[in-house]
Amino acid sequence: MASTTPSQTVGPYLQIGLAWLDTDTIAPAGVAGERVRIRGRMLDGDAKPIADGLLEIWQADPAGRFDNPAFRGFGRVPTKSDGTFAFTTIRPGRIGSQAPHLLVGVFARGLLKRAVTRMYFPGDATHDSDPLLSLVEPARRATLVARPAGDGSLEWNIVLQGPHETVFFDL
Amino acid sequence: MADEENYRKPLPGTQPEYLHAPYGSTRKRSPSHALVAAPQLAGELAGPRFTREEVGVGYDDLTKHGNAPALGERIVVAGRILDLDGRPAANTLVEIWQCNSAGRYAHAIDTHDAPLDPNFTGLGRVLTDEEGGYKFTTIRPGAYPWGNHENAWRPAHIHFSVFGPSFMTRLVTQMYFPGDPLLAFDPIFNSTADAEARQRMVSSFNWKLTVPERALGFHFDIVLRGRGATPREG
Repeated sequence: MASTTPSQTVGPYLQIGLAWLDTDTIAPAGVAGERVRIRGRMLDGDAKPIADGLLEIWQADPAGRFDNPAFRGFGRVPTKSDGTFAFTTIRPGRIGSQAPHLLVGVFARGLLKRAVTRMYFPGDATHDSDPLLSLVEPARRATLVARPAGDGSLEWNIVLQGPHETVFFDL
Repeated sequence: MADEENYRKPLPGTQPEYLHAPYGSTRKRSPSHALVAAPQLAGELAGPRFTREEVGVGYDDLTKHGNAPALGERIVVAGRILDLDGRPAANTLVEIWQCNSAGRYAHAIDTHDAPLDPNFTGLGRVLTDEEGGYKFTTIRPGAYPWGNHENAWRPAHIHFSVFGPSFMTRLVTQMYFPGDPLLAFDPIFNSTADAEARQRMVSSFNWKLTVPERALGFHFDIVLRGRGATPREG
């Protein structure tokens, strides 16, 4: 039987190999688009901060495209010792019927395989017609939508387990 | 999106579940809700690309990152990044990290009482060639104890991070060494139920990769998800 190579955890020392691509700024200066600051925390099933987590952000450009030579659309964002993370990017455009969103891969010690989720932007009238949001039971949709933090940035937490658990997708 | 363009699901048992209680850190970090089945759309079917310029030169030889040669048994680790149908993942980023020959990571939170090697950082990266091939020269990593359970030891391993052609093929795994007696006792290695799939993570000793007077060779291919319909038997 042929099979794919099994996934394994990144372990606690992931930063040795992966930190070189860490970034606070996914869209370099000069790339056109509306800048958005996003910050949050990564939490475990006891609501304790995850200090050895990593987000991989993959997103479209403002035109909804993934093949923009001036904007790769990829960023690696580590969590800090208090479980917080923060990054600045440009707001992506709609992709067909999909509302603007970031694709997010989550890695951490204790995660045997990547957890895949999405972050949507608040106050977007197109959420109801988004093909993925509409698959999520309404009570859990809020875990996929960032909130205005009051200081101009957006707040979005990732909860790996429990009653407030972020929705993760099976692709 | 035409169905034949989607990536096939891994066969049951060939990938770990999020919760694998013998690996203690999964107990509070594994999602408890069922994952939401979702379609593979434009973003999932695309992926980031990286250039040889940004990857840089010299990161394929981890024995030469210091002012003096790194300590330990030099090895060559080489293979190909393929998909399940044998298609090579060309020009794709492969990143590795590992502990030194004494079983110690060059990382502030590693408190294992084993010596650090000032000439070994334990990080490497390359882009694959047109055939999906890669090659690293490094030091054979040591085994080390960890706090998962009483007398817990991780088998020697090298962490591998691979992108492949799209968001769907992203994979982080670990490469192990053939004949390691610790594999049978390691909850991380054994988190995948299917024994044959687990063997995908074990490299093989290889004379052709062995460099005379210099380094033993180990072969390690990584198999990513395949795209399209399941190939017909026969």
